Amino acid sequence: MGFTYEQVAMFAQQSVTIYFFVLFLAILAYALWPKNKEPFDHAAQIPLEED
Amino acid sequence: MSLFEKHAVFEKNSIVLLLGILVMVAIGGLVEIVPLFYLKSTIETVDGMRPYSPLELAGRNIYVREGCYLCHSQMIRPMRDEIERYGHFSLAAESQYDHPFQWGSKRTGPDLARVGGKYSNAWHVAHLSDPRQVVPASVMPAYAFLKNAPLKADRIGDDMKTLRIEGVPYTDDEIAQAQADLAAQVNPDGDSSGLLGRYPKAVVADFDGDPTKVTEMDALVAYLQMLGTLVDFSTYDDKANLR
Amino acid sequence: MSLEEGGFAVFLGLLTLLCVLLAGKALDPVFAFHATIGAIASAAGVYLIVKAYIDRAGKEVPAEINGKPNYNYGPIKFASIAAMFWGIAGFLVGVIIAFELAFPNLSMGLEWINFGRLRPLHTSAVIFAFGGNVLLATSFYAVQRTCRVRMPGLVAPWFVILGYNVFIVIAGTGYLLGVTSGKEYAEPEWYADLWLTVVWVAYLLVFLATLWKRKEPHIYVANWFTLAMIVTIAMLHLVNNAEIPVSFFGTKSYVLWSGVQDAMVQWWYGHNAVGFFLTAGFLAIMYYFVPKRANRPVYSYRLSIVHFWALIFLYIWAGPHHLHYTALPEWASTLGMTFSVMLWMPSWGGMINGLMTLSGAWDKLRTDPVLRMLVVSVAFYGMSTFEGPLMSIKAVNSLSHYTDWTIGHVHSGALGWVGYVSFGALYCLVPWVFGKKDVYSLKLVDWHFWISTLGIVLYISAMWVSGIMQGLMWRAYTSLGFLQYSFVETVEAMHPYYVIRGLGGVLFLTGALIMAVNLYLTITRGEAEEAEPAGALAAAE
Repeated sequence: MGFTYEQVAMFAQQSVTIYFFVLFLAILAYALWPKNKEPFDHAAQIPLEED
Repeated sequence: MSLFEKHAVFEKNSIVLLLGILVMVAIGGLVEIVPLFYLKSTIETVDGMRPYSPLELAGRNIYVREGCYLCHSQMIRPMRDEIERYGHFSLAAESQYDHPFQWGSKRTGPDLARVGGKYSNAWHVAHLSDPRQVVPASVMPAYAFLKNAPLKADRIGDDMKTLRIEGVPYTDDEIAQAQADLAAQVNPDGDSSGLLGRYPKAVVADFDGDPTKVTEMDALVAYLQMLGTLVDFSTYDDKANLR
Repeated sequence: MSLEEGGFAVFLGLLTLLCVLLAGKALDPVFAFHATIGAIASAAGVYLIVKAYIDRAGKEVPAEINGKPNYNYGPIKFASIAAMFWGIAGFLVGVIIAFELAFPNLSMGLEWINFGRLRPLHTSAVIFAFGGNVLLATSFYAVQRTCRVRMPGLVAPWFVILGYNVFIVIAGTGYLLGVTSGKEYAEPEWYADLWLTVVWVAYLLVFLATLWKRKEPHIYVANWFTLAMIVTIAMLHLVNNAEIPVSFFGTKSYVLWSGVQDAMVQWWYGHNAVGFFLTAGFLAIMYYFVPKRANRPVYSYRLSIVHFWALIFLYIWAGPHHLHYTALPEWASTLGMTFSVMLWMPSWGGMINGLMTLSGAWDKLRTDPVLRMLVVSVAFYGMSTFEGPLMSIKAVNSLSHYTDWTIGHVHSGALGWVGYVSFGALYCLVPWVFGKKDVYSLKLVDWHFWISTLGIVLYISAMWVSGIMQGLMWRAYTSLGFLQYSFVETVEAMHPYYVIRGLGGVLFLTGALIMAVNLYLTITRGEAEEAEPAGALAAAE
């Protein structure tokens, strides 16, 4: 295939940077979304609850 | 359904979690590994590379079996001290027929990528048999048992067939002649023209000094003596393959 | 007989026949030996299934007793004891090879105990045998408790645990007899790899099926880490060990990949064996056992979610940092370095999360040596995940690569993080599953902690000094522009540090022996826990 090193390197670097950044924002939003606080607080107690 | 209820599915549904994990972990490998098979620049075009001769292949299998790669690298990095100590830096092309690669990760002993031809066969046999007799401060284990172990290579042709499936360009002729080539390489008095036609630069010698039998020592030394000798660097153009 | 029992019995019965056939037609003695082990093990499996079926006399094993889940602890007990056994074996082999490098005549030229054959035995024994059994035990425990349900299957959990240990026996005896695929940390040959694949799929299914039965709506984050470990290790194992056997009746195979591609696949595998087996798997332990032992919820559950996704996403890219300045194309090596450096952030996020779980209860570190062990393991995790990104930077790597610095780095993670978090988890787990109040002697835990800590300090500082020294000696020039040292002079200079490293290993091994005694006494003489009804325990067997 006719890709040069520069083309592949540029494509890899740019696409990965964008992909990573978007993913990170999504995870952060999910973790910090106010609505999720309660279920997370409950989840944190799971190991400590006795059955 | 809001976006964040969808996220709740992520945690509550183990299959979705599993798929999420799979997508996350698959991408890195795909981006890093797959291009290596398609980019021409990954492996340089060089003259002189050939598959291992049957004896060298048997020797390489002993090298792998004894875990030599755990203390010896076969990968010279392009740094001044390494090039002066070991020779021209290693090219990807030089290990293109190595299943598995033996670049190693630790140099408890020196790099062996270009050890071929640096020492005599007798030196290798003496050193492998009792390293500290030759190099007093060496911490290498003794491999004297190789001298007494007859080489079991009566099925080396099958090994070559397996490697051919994996892309090593062994010809039908080379596979058919495997046993003859193996015998020819340890017999300096015989006719080795067929062997050298198929495997240029192969070292022909009675490596372990015992003409009565072909031992694992013969095979291992034959392998060591060809390491890094195939590419002629006096004609190799570094710039042509600059990546 | 249930479908599951019958299915396993038929499968193992057929496997016995296959192994007998393979043993009869084997081309080399090791293959015959391993096929015989396979035949005996699968026949024993059939016997155990039939015996258990007769013993239970048509009665179902209850999923609940008095409204409480009837947790399945039998396989966990076995894996805990196996972990302790393999741990000591693996540490012992580590000590032996450490001294072989200091005193090379120690192996007496015997091929079975030469460094090259014992080193894979050491790494596999500590990573896969010790670490693997710890992961199996702790993950089966944590997933049942956090889902509040007995894990499904009568045979399947046992199949996972016993099958995994058979894999270890086959792999380990193979190394000693010179059977290896020649890929670091993935040395087992094709038939052992195939068997591990079967066992691993069973592990995934048991784990998932437990999640499916759960009474909690939320899957606790520890289980996320375990699931990521199982799935990713399966992927890595299959790709890295894509081998074609020379014959179906012999041990030898050739891996599909070659040269530079094989190198990339190998370190993609190798680094993620660290990332997913030795990190994600053991972080699952941290997220369950630290809160449980400290009796406090994890510091921030939100942080744990960010930690999880960021960690698994970044780790998978880091492999090429093992191949800086090699014939691997530079773009791949640069990618590996970039992600390795970024990996520092989620790693420390996780460390902070683990350590801060103790906030407000730091005094427990003084009184509870088990908790101290767990917390120190997290501190070691922080240390080695700082050192790792540092060493992945090309300029640093040009010095550290090929030297003992790497060995030191690995052991600060392996002894300090994986070792201590496993020890802490076993000190918790053994009393819990054997129905005891606590470990037999906290005093002995204290001794274990201090002796091994001293051992770790000796080990890693010796390796730092020898590694950096060797790296500098290799590149030292005289004023006339010649290389200053021959290679063997650098080897000679290593000697005192190799001795110190060996002594560090002896101390670490001593600590583990103390632990084994303590756990033995816990099981045999520990004070029984009153709260747990005796019937539940008996039925859980």
